[in-house]
Amino acid sequence: MVEQQTPLLAIEGLTVQFPSPNGFLTVVDDVSFSVGRNDIVCVVGESGSGKSVTTQAAVGLVQPKGGRVTAGSVMFDGQELIGASNRTLNRIRGNDIGFIFQEPMSSLNPAYTVGEQIAEVVRRHRGASRKDAWKTAIEALDRVHIASAASRAEAYPHQFSGGMRQRVMIAMAIACGPKLLIADEPTTALDVTIQARILEVLKELQKELGMSVLFITHDLGVVAEIARSVVVMYGAQVVEAAPATQLFAAPRHPYTRGLLEAMPQVALERGHDPIAIPGTVAQAHAWPKGCRFNPRCVYRQDGPCTTGAMPLKPEGAGLLRCAVRPDLSQGIAAP
Amino acid sequence: MTDACLKVTDLHVMYDLGSSGFGPRKRLHAVNGASFEIRAGETLGLVGESGSGKSTIGLSIMRLIEPHSGKVTLGNTDVTGVSRKDVRALRRRMQMVFQDPYSSLNPSMTVAQLLEEPLIVHRDLPKAERSAMVGQMLESVGLHAGYAVRYPHEFSGGQRQRIAIARAMILHPELVVLDEPVSALDVSTQSQILNLLKEVQAKSGTAFLLVAHDLAVVRLMSPNVAVMYLGEIVETGPSGRVYDAPGHPYTAALISAVPFPDPERQQSATRIILKGDLPSPMNPPSGCRFRTRCPFAMEICAKEAPPAVAIEGGGTASCHLHAHGPKLGGKTLMPFIEERLG
Repeated sequence: MVEQQTPLLAIEGLTVQFPSPNGFLTVVDDVSFSVGRNDIVCVVGESGSGKSVTTQAAVGLVQPKGGRVTAGSVMFDGQELIGASNRTLNRIRGNDIGFIFQEPMSSLNPAYTVGEQIAEVVRRHRGASRKDAWKTAIEALDRVHIASAASRAEAYPHQFSGGMRQRVMIAMAIACGPKLLIADEPTTALDVTIQARILEVLKELQKELGMSVLFITHDLGVVAEIARSVVVMYGAQVVEAAPATQLFAAPRHPYTRGLLEAMPQVALERGHDPIAIPGTVAQAHAWPKGCRFNPRCVYRQDGPCTTGAMPLKPEGAGLLRCAVRPDLSQGIAAP
Repeated sequence: MTDACLKVTDLHVMYDLGSSGFGPRKRLHAVNGASFEIRAGETLGLVGESGSGKSTIGLSIMRLIEPHSGKVTLGNTDVTGVSRKDVRALRRRMQMVFQDPYSSLNPSMTVAQLLEEPLIVHRDLPKAERSAMVGQMLESVGLHAGYAVRYPHEFSGGQRQRIAIARAMILHPELVVLDEPVSALDVSTQSQILNLLKEVQAKSGTAFLLVAHDLAVVRLMSPNVAVMYLGEIVETGPSGRVYDAPGHPYTAALISAVPFPDPERQQSATRIILKGDLPSPMNPPSGCRFRTRCPFAMEICAKEAPPAVAIEGGGTASCHLHAHGPKLGGKTLMPFIEERLG
């Protein structure tokens, strides 16, 4: 995470609020992390952790939904995105920053062939001629291993399976040669064998095109498969950030460790039942005081964990938001 | 085995898709000859990807979908032979928990009403006794008895799934079909529900049919598994054997596709990446249904459907590799796969 050169994307103190019947709720709270060049960063968290909103806010996609960025800065390739004009953002999105989302079918227009849809992006952003744009579209489909790309480009989205649609989305996202690809749960709706292929394709493209990938997921298995560094979010905040090898070998936050120990695969390996994290996920309308994980944490100490703001502090090669900093090397204590 | 709680023999389920207006009526063969049994108090995991027919099996055992042919017996009762009218009485003995606890619980009923309903339908008990049972049941799924007066929307997903489990268990059924019971839940609450299901089963002796796409969940919960692909059971056996020494290339591919949360191990793992996509179940491939995506497909695979072969360590796998080509003869595929793909 520590970069010598300036990172491609640097998010600093980003805070986002959404309106609710009880006033504005803070759904992203002082989030900072960066994505280096040629890097793969995973943001991992459960529903409501703020992982998706963080990236959407970073590229100006929350305002149309009623959200507002109340603090923070997002530097992309030397340019400030917070407060940038729609014109600027439109130029950057789709051109320098590509996106793929969880549900490929709702991101594709059923009335146009996939080739037309990819070519449209290329024409709009690159100002290419129809002919050149079509050629680029076919090349992009070829890159994501759609067999006989030239003829498949003339097919409509409904003629593709879920896994192929997601590859079409990837083709569309990379057609303009972005510097950064944001992938928001791109494999969550897919079967594991299809997921394995999509992850292969993403890793391959990252290397070939030398782009950076910001990958959002709730699945620690997927994180281990592709991430170089990992940002763990809970309750709208970053609770731990570290290089992937360090995070998996020695997780420092009780939540990170808890997520791992709760996985059936890890439990099977250890030969016992999964150690569940007690309680339920913290909600934006009632963030707990102090550490937001404290009501579910077996290491909670009244006082340090339950009062005041909990800062994110350096820990090894990463960052940690925990007042107790328990020794987790022997696993997590049973609740 | 005579002590089978549930026995399914050569089950076929077809979905009638009607006609497009041209040509003959279309039918989708969703389950093509499934057979298995579950002993009392045990769990069978039915694992497969979307479109494999695993949920259809669960639904047709419950008679929520009418099977086309085949036989399902619960204890000594022929479930498939019971008239539609008498199916309801059977449901006292077999219950179901669905994937999404947000849609499976009636939002206008309190928890007490939700849990009481099966008792009212199936048993003639005085109100006081019913209320006592509801309270007990809530406690046994880890919820306060006082929650009985609340409505489903007041609970989180995990808590709602606890209510759904309580509702299924309150009649002390012999069998509960669990259709993806944790896949709609947050990662941190999934394991709470899995542990609860194990606990509930240990106390009640109820048999579970666990339908799930998550291989780790299935292995954790089930001593025996059946792996489905495109409407057919391709491999069965004790979980340890199936996961560690698979006898079918699809099982091996499925297991290798699940990423383990350890980057170093992920880098060194042999991955079997399947080509292409699931073929349309409307028009399944000839012979072996998996052959179009199988890295080891042979000529015979297009011609003949592979028979189930006994695999060392228990269970069966339906694959030609055991009798043709490398002639593995019931041994695990793993050394062969390592050699071919390693």
